[in-house]
Amino acid sequence: MRRVAFPAPRAQQQQQTPLFTNAKLRLAAVIIVACSILLALPVVLSGFLLDIAILILFWSYLGSAWNILGGYTGQFSFGHAAFYGIGAYTSTWLLVRHGVNPWLGMVAGGILAALFGLGMGFVSWRYGLRGPYFALVTFAFAEVLRLFANNWEVINGSLGLQIPLIRGNSWLAFQFEADKRPYYYIILVLLLFATLLTYVLFKTRAGFYMRAIREDEDAAAALGVNTMRYKLLAMAISAFLTALGGTFYAQYLFFIDPGIVFGSHVSIEILIRPLVGGVGTVLGPLVGGLLLTPLSELTRTLVRNPPAFIPFAHLLQGRAGLDGILFGLLLVIVILFIPEGIIGSVRKRLDRHHGGHNRADREL
Amino acid sequence: MYLTRWPSSTRHIVKATAVAIGLLMLLGLLGATGRDAMSDWYRTHALVLRQSLISGLLIGGVYSLAALGLTLIFGVLGILNFAHGTLMVLGMYLAYLLFAHLHIDPYLSLVLTIPALLLVGAVIQLVVINRIMTAPAHNQLVLTLGLALLLENLFLAAFGAEPRAIRSSYTSANLFVGDTLISLPRVYAFVIALLLGGLIYIVLTRTDFGKAIRAVAQDREGAALVGIDVASVQMMTFGLGAAAAGAAGTVIMPFFTVTPTTGATFNITAFVVVVLGGMGNVPGAMLGGILIGLVEALSAAFLPGSAKQLGVFVVFILILLFRPSGLLGKGRNA
Repeated sequence: MRRVAFPAPRAQQQQQTPLFTNAKLRLAAVIIVACSILLALPVVLSGFLLDIAILILFWSYLGSAWNILGGYTGQFSFGHAAFYGIGAYTSTWLLVRHGVNPWLGMVAGGILAALFGLGMGFVSWRYGLRGPYFALVTFAFAEVLRLFANNWEVINGSLGLQIPLIRGNSWLAFQFEADKRPYYYIILVLLLFATLLTYVLFKTRAGFYMRAIREDEDAAAALGVNTMRYKLLAMAISAFLTALGGTFYAQYLFFIDPGIVFGSHVSIEILIRPLVGGVGTVLGPLVGGLLLTPLSELTRTLVRNPPAFIPFAHLLQGRAGLDGILFGLLLVIVILFIPEGIIGSVRKRLDRHHGGHNRADREL
Repeated sequence: MYLTRWPSSTRHIVKATAVAIGLLMLLGLLGATGRDAMSDWYRTHALVLRQSLISGLLIGGVYSLAALGLTLIFGVLGILNFAHGTLMVLGMYLAYLLFAHLHIDPYLSLVLTIPALLLVGAVIQLVVINRIMTAPAHNQLVLTLGLALLLENLFLAAFGAEPRAIRSSYTSANLFVGDTLISLPRVYAFVIALLLGGLIYIVLTRTDFGKAIRAVAQDREGAALVGIDVASVQMMTFGLGAAAAGAAGTVIMPFFTVTPTTGATFNITAFVVVVLGGMGNVPGAMLGGILIGLVEALSAAFLPGSAKQLGVFVVFILILLFRPSGLLGKGRNA
């Protein structure tokens, strides 16, 4: 019998990647500079500007949370108000009725929202809901929660809950009436955490599976990805983070009611920023938040008390709806002209220039 | 997608309705004579029950017409139009303006509001929707959402947030059948809505234009291949859908107040109806409208507080989960 000589397995060719490429170094530098600016910002900001800065971070954070489910995993949720409301109501109810520390309430709300999300996700995906059907069902779930909260006496129904105020700043009580800067740092930490999590997720196996599900769910399933498990994972993370934001909001404004936290406008506000910035990109929600939040706050202020130096501005006085018109227009324009969002279209352009070599930039 | 195919289970639905009516009559007979707790409950609630069945049926006809427009748009263009409720509100404001300034009766103003909405719909499709026909579903959804937001806030800027209403001579005219009160304008609205719905159905099934619409709904490329101008059919369909919504808004104006955000509620109702009847199914939307009208009226009468919508939403979720192709559809993956 002839012996067949099999060629010895060739040693796996190790790809030599230098620890720091130029692009990576540049990226690190950018991140360090950005972080130090963000850390130093409250020192110079106060009053209205500080409020806006907090809101920018806040909505960017919620956008990042949504992005994990809606962007990476491609499960377009239209009902994130559900998680947001659960977070706000859990911590506030525990605080008002049982005197539980809001920090604990925050975690409890996050866990509860994650559980709710797991239940909702499991039922929806078990019955094969995808795309617009999934969007509709998440929307319906959020509306059911709103109506339910409206009628539930235990959480004070449609009257809402008021958080008892204390004077001055207290980290323990999560209230900073005297100086709002701590709010800024809290939401900054949350945002950095969410962004980092998204970035890390991008690199892990789970993150690849999630993107595979987004690109082609059937193909992913055929290749052995447990699609249900990874969709549920994305749902749980996204719901948990969104609920933390809900608690933050409650502790920031001290009043919640079912319309404010469960209303469909919350879901829209949450998803519009990643949409404008770029769905499924790490930086998309941040860019979207940075653009849209000041825009909507400024229009609101402009309508409330128009500045004298702009001619005809007094005609705007009390004209409700201007900010909404602007938002609606912006949504239409973004979808028509930059459907991939700002980051998405910038990346496309970069790819064209660099022939796709600029990997570090692409990963954001 | 077969726009005008009657749901395969129509026969069962008709049978079930007949059985339900028979049971109700039996219950009525028993209730009038019986002595047990069930009969007591029935005697005390009989009037409420009859009243809500009537008002549910009447408003259901209007839902049918509005939902018909939505399902038509979905069937032909494949787009979930989140601005549908807002288009209905546009019809309401038009009727209000025509009545308040020109003293045109709202039913008569249909002659103006229907062409107006037809035009608005066609223009919206031509200018905006046409560009996103091949975009991912969520982008289409967000675009119509943006349109809704835009229109809603335009109304807010133009009319303010206070509710507007038409008060004409017959606004509070009533008809008594036995001890059940029937509001006349609601009857008019019901009849006109059904007539218009029927008209659209006839246009779809009996005319060449309707045939073209159905062809595009079934197979866009195939329709283009046999010489149908797909783009203009899509434009006209969107106009037709918008006109249906506007007409529904116009006919309810005599007994309804309108605010800029009224559209949101109607939008949701229309979506529930469309999903219930099977997305893209015209007869399904007509039947589903009546059904949802009844569900809403009954849950308003027998559920506490603002739980009226809750009943509708629970139905919505259950339908989405268990029969996403519609209660009347062929089953799960049809």
